[in-house]
Amino acid sequence: MAQWIEACAVGGIDEEDVMRFDHDGRTFAIYRSPDDKYYATDGLCTHEKIHLADGLVMDNIIECPKHNGRFDYRNGAAKGAPVCIDLKTYPVKVEGGKVMIDVG
Amino acid sequence: MVIVGGGMAGARAIIGLRAAGWDGPVTLVSEEALMPYDRPPLSKAAITSDEEPSPVILLDAGMAASLKADMRLGKPVTAIDAAGHTIRVGDETLAYHKLLLATGAKPRQLTCPGAENAITLRDFSDTVALRAKFQPGARIAIIGGGFIGLELASSATKRGCAVNLIEALPRILMRGVPQEIAAVVHARHVAAGVEMLTGTGIAALAADAVTLADGRTIAADVIIAGIGAVPETKLARDAGLELDNGIACDTHLRTSDPDIFAAGDCCSFPHPLFGNKRIRLEAWRNAQDQASVAAENMAGGSKSYTAVPWFWSDQYELSLQIAGMPGDGAEIVRRTLGPEAFLLCHRDGNGRLVGASGIGPGNSIARDVKLVEMMIAKGISPGAETLADPAVSLKSLLKG
Repeated sequence: MAQWIEACAVGGIDEEDVMRFDHDGRTFAIYRSPDDKYYATDGLCTHEKIHLADGLVMDNIIECPKHNGRFDYRNGAAKGAPVCIDLKTYPVKVEGGKVMIDVG
Repeated sequence: MVIVGGGMAGARAIIGLRAAGWDGPVTLVSEEALMPYDRPPLSKAAITSDEEPSPVILLDAGMAASLKADMRLGKPVTAIDAAGHTIRVGDETLAYHKLLLATGAKPRQLTCPGAENAITLRDFSDTVALRAKFQPGARIAIIGGGFIGLELASSATKRGCAVNLIEALPRILMRGVPQEIAAVVHARHVAAGVEMLTGTGIAALAADAVTLADGRTIAADVIIAGIGAVPETKLARDAGLELDNGIACDTHLRTSDPDIFAAGDCCSFPHPLFGNKRIRLEAWRNAQDQASVAAENMAGGSKSYTAVPWFWSDQYELSLQIAGMPGDGAEIVRRTLGPEAFLLCHRDGNGRLVGASGIGPGNSIARDVKLVEMMIAKGISPGAETLADPAVSLKSLLKG
C-alpha cells in the first residue's frame, strides 16, 4: 500500500547530489539529478551496507564511498563489480514544495 | 590462460578474461585452500565481530562454475618454464598460452634476536589465530606503526586488550601519510588507551616480552610484527623474469616475457600520470583494476594501466583515504570539510595536483578525495586558494 512521506523540501538537495533520509528505522538515499528530477533508493549499498549518501553523484550514477560500487540511481541498476545486486528504488513525487517518497 | 594466485587480483582476472571475450580454458592455481576472499576485513571487522568470522568470498564455487574457471586450490606452483610455456604444480605440469602472476606480497619478517616470537597477519587463518588471542586484558605488543599495526591496535582495544604500539621512526605512518593526518591518528590511539612508543627500535624479543633499543622491557602475551610487506617474486625470479621492487612490468602489465603478465601487490609498473616513475602498490582497488587490465591484454588487448592510486584505512570511527602520490607533492593545501574532517591537496613544485589525503569520521571525506582523484586523472590543477575555499565546490572545478 502506498505510504507517502516527506523526505525534504524542494531545493533541499543540490543538483547532482544525494542526501541521507532516515524514517522509521529505515535509511534511504534521496537524489536530485542534473536535470532537476528527484529519485529515491535504499540508503545502504547492496555490497557491504555502506551509506550511499556519503558517496559521489556524477550524472545519473551514485558511487559507494567505500568500495566504489556504482549504481544508476534512477532504476537502481548495479553497474558492475564489486556490486552485483541492484538497489531497491522508491517512487518519488514533488508536491507543495516537498519531495515525497513512497516507502510503502 | 593460467592465473597463479587466488587473491583479489586472481579472482578479478577470471572475470576480466571472460569480459574480454576469452572463451578458452581458464585455470587458477592458488597456494591457499580457500576460494578467493577479501583481505581488508582481516585486520578489522573479522577480528572485532562478536561472531566467529568467516571469510568474505569474492568468487564462490557457483560463480567459478558459471565463468568456466578451473580452480586448483591449496596447490603451490613450484616453477615456471617460460620457454616451454608450462608451470609445475606438484607432480603435474600445466601448459599455458598466457600466464598471470598474481602472487601478492608476504609480511616482512623482523631480524632481531628472538624474531620468531612475533606473529604476522596476511591470511584468514592468521586472523582466526589473532582473534583467539585478543582476549580482554591480554597484553598485545605491536611492532610497526603502519596501517596493519594501527588497524590491529584499533581492533585489539575494541576487544578489551592492553596495547603497546612500537614504531622505530619518529612518528607513525611516516611513509606516504602527511604529518597532520598521522597526528590525528596518533591522538585517537592515545585516547583509546594505546601506549604509543615512537622513535623506539627493537633490541630483542622473548616469548613474553619485547626489549626496546633503549633498554626498556615491555611485557606481552602476544607480539605482532607489522613492518611492511615484500612482493612475492620467487617464481618470477627463478624463471628469469626482470625484477625491480616486484615483478617488473610495462604499462600493459606485461613482464619481460611477452606471454607472462603480473597484477596486484607483486607487480611494479611505470605510471604515466607520475612521469613514468616505477611504482608498486599494495592496495585493494589496484589489485582489481590491474587484474582487469592485465586480463584484457592477455586476451589480445593493448590497454595501459593509468588508474590513480587509491587506498583507505579504518581505525575506530575514523577513516582515512589517500589518492595519487602525496609524496610527490611540494606544497599542501588544506581544505576543511567539517569540524573533524579535512582534506589535504598535494601540489608539486609546478602547481600540478599530484595527491589528496584526508581523514574524518565515517566516510565524511570520501567524495572529496574522489573528486580530487578525478582531477588528477584528468590533469586538472586548480589554484591553491580555490582548492582551499570550502565555498567552491570541487565538482564544479572538475567539470570546469
